[in-house]
Amino acid sequence: METLTFRHTTKKPLSGSVPSAITGVVASGNLEILLERVLPPDACEVAVETPIAGYGDVWAAVVADFVARAQPGGLRISINDGGARPDTVSLRLLQGARLMEA
Amino acid sequence: MSEWRGDRQARDARIEAGRAHAQGKVVPAGSVVDLLEAILRPGDRVCLEGDNQKQADCLARGLSACDPGKIHDLHMVQSGIVLPEHLDVFETGIAKRLDYSYSGPQGGRIAKMLYGGQIELGAVHTYLELFARYFVDLTPNVALIAGVSADRDGNLYTGPNTEDTPTVVEATAFKNGVVIAQVNEIVDRVPRVDIPGDRIDFVVEADTPFYVEPLFTRDPAAMTETQILIAMMAIKGIYAEYGIKRLNHGIGFGTAAIELLLPTYGEKLGLRGKIATHWALNPHPTLIPAIESGWVKQIHCFGSEVGMDRYIRERPDIFFTGADGSLRSNRAFCQTAGLYACDMFIGATLQIDLMGHSSTITQSRVAGFGGAPNMGSDPHGRRHPSDAWMKAGREGQIVGDPALMRGRKLVVQLVETFGDKLVPTFVEKLDALELARKIGLELAPVMIYADDVTHIVTEEGIANLLLCRDADEREQAIRGVAGYTEVGRGRDRAKVEELRARGVIRRPEDLGIEPLDADRALLAAKSIKDLVHWSGGLYEPPARFRNW
Repeated sequence: METLTFRHTTKKPLSGSVPSAITGVVASGNLEILLERVLPPDACEVAVETPIAGYGDVWAAVVADFVARAQPGGLRISINDGGARPDTVSLRLLQGARLMEA
Repeated sequence: MSEWRGDRQARDARIEAGRAHAQGKVVPAGSVVDLLEAILRPGDRVCLEGDNQKQADCLARGLSACDPGKIHDLHMVQSGIVLPEHLDVFETGIAKRLDYSYSGPQGGRIAKMLYGGQIELGAVHTYLELFARYFVDLTPNVALIAGVSADRDGNLYTGPNTEDTPTVVEATAFKNGVVIAQVNEIVDRVPRVDIPGDRIDFVVEADTPFYVEPLFTRDPAAMTETQILIAMMAIKGIYAEYGIKRLNHGIGFGTAAIELLLPTYGEKLGLRGKIATHWALNPHPTLIPAIESGWVKQIHCFGSEVGMDRYIRERPDIFFTGADGSLRSNRAFCQTAGLYACDMFIGATLQIDLMGHSSTITQSRVAGFGGAPNMGSDPHGRRHPSDAWMKAGREGQIVGDPALMRGRKLVVQLVETFGDKLVPTFVEKLDALELARKIGLELAPVMIYADDVTHIVTEEGIANLLLCRDADEREQAIRGVAGYTEVGRGRDRAKVEELRARGVIRRPEDLGIEPLDADRALLAAKSIKDLVHWSGGLYEPPARFRNW
């Protein structure tokens, strides 16, 4: 099990006011994401628990792209990974942000 | 001068020796080993019918049980290395040299045996290429084939899974060879004569029906949102863009997802009748919803698929069926159709390098490629235009007289950037090159060469390689859709954005596709059971796909 934490500064807070959301499933090759609006409006933190070690660089790249694309200011995101591929991670993060905006 | 008839006399002698074990042409299953030992000679070229579906398994078991002291050093020339017996014969010394096309389930073992020097490998062929060589320099001395039924004169009904049989028999029977067919039953009258009896020398009534692999059944329940997203991009960015009507699909989940999106997403885009009307394709169950909703006009098949017989029988306007009602597939003809009459081949691969060369061969698995290199290549012999073909030709033509321009077939690789177990699809160097170096192959087993590939589609976008003007652009276009693989992360971001501005790379948002819409709700069928419903109960899936 590897734990990774990424902190980013965003240009703006994520729109909407949903306080928290969960998306995804705990399953092999998938992941579960908990999103909480608990940080300052220009901060985003992503914490990952993953069973597969050695993919820190890939996670860093996926999270950085997500932050640039969604500007998720104010969110703390906790990921329970089941060995999901980067494309699935990226899609789930965007789905999660969408739920928080709803 | 007897030298003119030496081969014919040898054939007569083999048949005479075989008669001792037959009643007329009919041989009981228990006498197969005796028959083969009587007919075969050391060093013979032997075609043991087996491809990616149908297997002459009774004859394979018989061959592997022959005495290596009597029968040895055979040169096997066959499409498929699929059954354990196909490799057992190399371990015992019955066979020595191999020319083949496909080795799906035996891919791991054949890699080990090649590395271990137990097999003298000729080449990994495409189907058409191997068929061609049957008529030039690899003509079998003996062919061991499979059919559904035969009469006592040897008239053979091959059933829906015709596949390689007509070609193998044609080459062998008309060049002094001996043809032995295993059949599931001997009947008084076959439903349809697929192979005339005068081309069949012996008929073995097999102990069990021949084995057929359901290779073209993809369970919609296993499809992912990523595959759906890729399928949406392909439909909108390629099928609609070029107006692709005549096409061939590979057998992966990506193209199966496309088949299941035609009646839903394709319908929403108003594409019915405008794309995907004529197919060179096995009877994929995932195509049933598109057939039932009027998308598909005609399908010619390489082989059949387990469970599709009744459905095909009830849809004679779509499939090629005989007067008896059952499918007439033919691998050689369908490969030719895929090569010359289709405007697009779209399939998947395990590895793509920086130039766009691809291979399904990895260091631990030598699976072969079947027909992909033929369907996935631009045939320079083509002389008929179509809008799709001409448009691709215009995009690819950089220099030269426009009046002498010819078209291009679209050859599309549809892949996810990572495969199973996070193995990257995009690599700096193909494993196939390493394999070739290790076992001393003169020709690296590349499936589709870069110069034939026109588009690469991943979840990150579409790279149109026709629009790339030099090697550097091509490399960046490929890196630009390679996602978070090392190859993808090694991109020149500015260059990739420039390619995107020119439309060489198109992202989902450039195509007006919202990734979050890639949802399983879009699939016309979400399970095998749904496919059965779509077929009106005519599709009868194999047991392993029934989970209700």
